Amino acid sequence: MPLRTSAAVVAGKAARVATRLRGGGSAFPGLVAERVDPGFLAHALQDVRGGIVVVSGTNGKTTTTKMLVALLRAHGRRVFTNPTGSNFTRGVISAMLRELPVGRGRLSADIAVLELDEAHALKFAAAVKPTHSLLLNVARDQLDRFAEIDHTARLLASLASSTTTGVVLNRDDSFVARVAPDLAPGVEVRYFGVHESIAARLPELLEADVRFGDEFTAPEPAAYDGLLKPADERAFDVVFGAGDGVGPVTLQQRGLAAMINATAAATTARMLLGEAFDAATAATALAGVRPPFGRGEVIQVDGQPLELVLVKNPAGFTVALGTYGTTPVATMIAINDNDADGRDVSWLYDVSFASLRERGVATTSGIRAYDMALRLSYDDVSVGSIEPELIAALDAFCAAHAGEPKRIFCTYTAMMALRRTLAARHGLPDFGEEG
Amino acid sequence: MPVFDEPGAAAPSVRPSKGTINLVHLYPREMSIYGDLGNTRCLAARIARHGYTANVIGHHPGSLLDRSAHLVVGGGGQDSGQARVEEDLFANADTLRGLAADGVPMMMICGTYQLFGNAFVTVEGQRLPGLGILDVTTQGNAKRMIGPSVLETEFGTIVGYENHSGSTTLSAGQSPFGVVRHGFGNNGEDQTGGARTANVFGHYLHGPVLPANPRFADALVAYAAELATGRPFEPEPQDDGVADQARTRQIRRLLGSDSAR
Ligand SMILES: [Zn+2]
Repeated sequence: MPLRTSAAVVAGKAARVATRLRGGGSAFPGLVAERVDPGFLAHALQDVRGGIVVVSGTNGKTTTTKMLVALLRAHGRRVFTNPTGSNFTRGVISAMLRELPVGRGRLSADIAVLELDEAHALKFAAAVKPTHSLLLNVARDQLDRFAEIDHTARLLASLASSTTTGVVLNRDDSFVARVAPDLAPGVEVRYFGVHESIAARLPELLEADVRFGDEFTAPEPAAYDGLLKPADERAFDVVFGAGDGVGPVTLQQRGLAAMINATAAATTARMLLGEAFDAATAATALAGVRPPFGRGEVIQVDGQPLELVLVKNPAGFTVALGTYGTTPVATMIAINDNDADGRDVSWLYDVSFASLRERGVATTSGIRAYDMALRLSYDDVSVGSIEPELIAALDAFCAAHAGEPKRIFCTYTAMMALRRTLAARHGLPDFGEEG
Repeated sequence: MPVFDEPGAAAPSVRPSKGTINLVHLYPREMSIYGDLGNTRCLAARIARHGYTANVIGHHPGSLLDRSAHLVVGGGGQDSGQARVEEDLFANADTLRGLAADGVPMMMICGTYQLFGNAFVTVEGQRLPGLGILDVTTQGNAKRMIGPSVLETEFGTIVGYENHSGSTTLSAGQSPFGVVRHGFGNNGEDQTGGARTANVFGHYLHGPVLPANPRFADALVAYAAELATGRPFEPEPQDDGVADQARTRQIRRLLGSDSAR
């Protein structure tokens, strides 16, 4: 291996140890390696022959990546992934450094599955062309970072056009499906989406695409396109165009969004595995995937379940309310507006909270606790108390609702703070940063 | 995303309505980003809380706006959304200018604020004409002005969140809506925030601006109520404690501890 890459591995590893000691984040060591050797990524991935897969889009990256990795591993593939969900290029390098032996700059894996946000997916593609990409959706998210949803759509389109072998697209999201004509010649396209039996629920999941005058029509499902067909609130099948399918599957994570992620992962796994894809193995693998931290994770607090639900944008919050609305429980909402949350809280007005009206919300918390309570007042949802300080709010909430199930909807940094406290008190496994 | 298009929170009232206010939201589909529909929701609810009836009308491209509007609001959009509404805006230009001249309150945010000005000049120097209701011109530029914003206005200190790439300049004689105390305002340079002519307000504050700034919201409702009924506004007492907390906490965070009013 070139000397520079070897030096990069050593420098990166040293930085990782230093960061660990300081208790710092996961992106810093990657930054060091990137500085030392810009060709690091290409070199490290050189021996990965079964595919370099990028998963991108606004919502569901972490969950879908986790599911795709589980599907591939269940089929005996050695998979490299960035499991901490630090979905920036540097985060990928940091994850690689953990697995790279010093003196050898190449990963030994069959397939790499990388979760990358829209901008970093493009940065990554500039260094290493992905063989496959899975494009989930385009929605308003932290617009103070990307500024425009159309811009996000353009980023995903360029990612797709720099992919060399195969692309999996969301047929129901016209921002995503419209990229098909721009792909390089010879690149195979497969679609995932929802079965016509639940097409009526699409508006609650998708952003309206107003860029074009013509109404978008989803392409007809072909033989290997996977469609989500729910059997009931929890079980579903992935039905392929040819008529065969995967399922019934019951996921550990609840809701339509998770089922759609599973459909996207199954469709992509089938593309990557070809003939080796086995429906029964796939169903078992999906059923075994544990929800990523904060994505509907259930923590036992004094014998009662407390669900932590991460909300980042209007589409995600709307889906979460739809998912959990069927089982109303004591509810707290914690909204921070740090950089990682998105500093603009306007989006709370693009969500309808009417489903919380009957039970009301016990507590609002976080830096923008009062803005959240104000938002709820305009949907005639009663608010029991307003406590900006997160841990004080958590304590009061748990004390007042000790004997019953509880649920907290929270933005990213609020989730991190709440989970840290809950982990310390209730002995939960450690966790990395997730994005 | 569902479009908010139905009458808002019309609280069942024991007393007869004081009158019906026609509230028009321009292009709820194309020009309502960053929670701008929250302003419409807020106005509809406050109209009801003050004892009037809100008739919320979503105006979509291709339809004719009529002169019965008592209150008009518009938001910001993607470039693509903006391109799609321009033609319709010009088809309704005379109606909008007439309503503005009659003193109909209007609040245009971001993209619609720019379209209510004289022109938008693109980075390449192309001059796209606007309605000319506000005597302002916007220069497109590569830099985006993004962040929390505080303006000092005749309705008190108001808070919101800016996200725009255009720099707007007021012509001599055009009064601003407020003075910038935090953030960029019209252009990040001259401390002016937004513009006001008659009862037409244009500015860059998303947030959405009205729920956290009920004094401004009620001023718009008051103008509209007078137009709708021919009588002075007859307000009901409101409990705005939560909104006042939300606003003053933001002001304190952004300006420091002694500044909240
Ligand atoms: Zn804007």
